[in-house]
Amino acid sequence: MTALTVVRAGALTTVQDLGRPGHAHLGVPRSGALDQPAHRLANRLVGNPAAFATLETTVNGCAVRVDAAVTAAVTGAPCPVRVDGRPVAWGAPVRVPAGAVLDVGSARAGLRCHVAFGGGVAVPRVLGSRSRDLLSGLGPEPLADGMSLPLGAPCGPPLAADTVPWPGPPTAGLVLPVVLGPRDDWFVPEARRALAGGDFRVSAASNRIGLRTEGPSLERAREGELPSEGMVLGAVQVPPDGRPVVFLADHPTTGGYPVVGVVPEPSLAAAAQAVPGTPLRFVPVRA
Amino acid sequence: MSAPPEGLTGARALPVGRRALLVEVATAEQAQALHAELLRRRATGALPPVAEIVPAARTVLLDGLDDPHALAADFASWSIPPLTAADAAAVVLPVRYDGADLAEVAALWGVAEDEVPRIHSGLEFRVAFCGFAPGFGYLTGLPERLRVPRRSTPRTAVPAGSVGLAGPYTGVYPRSSPGGWQLIGRTDAALWDPGREPAALLAPGTRVRFEVFG
Repeated sequence: MTALTVVRAGALTTVQDLGRPGHAHLGVPRSGALDQPAHRLANRLVGNPAAFATLETTVNGCAVRVDAAVTAAVTGAPCPVRVDGRPVAWGAPVRVPAGAVLDVGSARAGLRCHVAFGGGVAVPRVLGSRSRDLLSGLGPEPLADGMSLPLGAPCGPPLAADTVPWPGPPTAGLVLPVVLGPRDDWFVPEARRALAGGDFRVSAASNRIGLRTEGPSLERAREGELPSEGMVLGAVQVPPDGRPVVFLADHPTTGGYPVVGVVPEPSLAAAAQAVPGTPLRFVPVRA
Repeated sequence: MSAPPEGLTGARALPVGRRALLVEVATAEQAQALHAELLRRRATGALPPVAEIVPAARTVLLDGLDDPHALAADFASWSIPPLTAADAAAVVLPVRYDGADLAEVAALWGVAEDEVPRIHSGLEFRVAFCGFAPGFGYLTGLPERLRVPRRSTPRTAVPAGSVGLAGPYTGVYPRSSPGGWQLIGRTDAALWDPGREPAALLAPGTRVRFEVFG
């Protein structure tokens, strides 16, 4: 079986696929690729179905050696890509010869790259998924130098993609639409105005669980605790400090802090690529 | 665990984003009965396709719906039969009642320490919902007078299998983790094994009894 050996693990590189939805009632987060369009495109470029596992890198990429020739593709955050030191294309299928090192460099913009290999990363599935869930620790450990990862058998020809629609990372600013509710009535009217008009920034404390914010603090209209209730992807939860947190793939399945609104799923890929400090605005939209 | 038949009087169906609905009811019993009814309707194909049905303390979340608003309008006409023992699997967990907070719990209950196992193992519990960690169930069934507060300082590491109390709930830690519940004992049962089918021993709706062991 073909395998990868990790030469440089990078800041945080995890195996991700489309996650493990359907187990939230057991307390299992959905997990899965944070930048889903990038994950899907990377797979498409190497001839994989969308459900095959890719590597999700953070900030400074990673490097892997392949023990047999394989087609790879890097998408998501733009970055330099090298095979044995020689520059190759980003966002396109790249042939990596047996024994060569594919090096995914530091992101020039955005945060996370998805790296697909023909056949996909073929670690064992846990509850139907190969995704690493950083909240509950399910799935394969994050990459570490020297680690070996199996690849599956390539199942289709790499797809030519001459033009790929891609919005790019939100470098100038991140604008997140938000559908208010279910607990917007837990906040004073000024808080709702602050959410709609306030200048927020992406906090450095953001991770795969949630995008944390700096900026306006949303004041509650009522005291007390909300009994634990189910949480959805994109929920904008407001902890006692008043600073909204946008739930990403590894979010907890239940929570007791009120959710002021929900960011629709198609906007979350941009949230996953926003570097700390990026200006952030929320725009209320109709359900 | 029987209650008079009731509809969803006072239920509110709150849209959550564009794909989900949070149905809020008045009591934990109603939430459990609603959850059981949703599972029945899903099994018979009477529910529109839904990705997740997530019960919690006073709510059930339906996530991954094509048209949450249509379903929201539908709830008013539902009648929800009360929970019966027959509609759930039952699990018996053998417990060594030697938890670190046994004396504290006995004092809060106003009983001798060796009375705690007899009282706790004599109760019928039901998994209301899961959360906190995969396979961690929040079990209802503790009478109001036996409720105890969380510890003021959570422990940084609670051993796997620990049986704890907090507020209206009993819970069993599926693996070692930080935790603030009052610990009364420990079970060797494997609460969570992702390689097993089902992975969670205590899924929502499961009836649970504890048995004095050793």
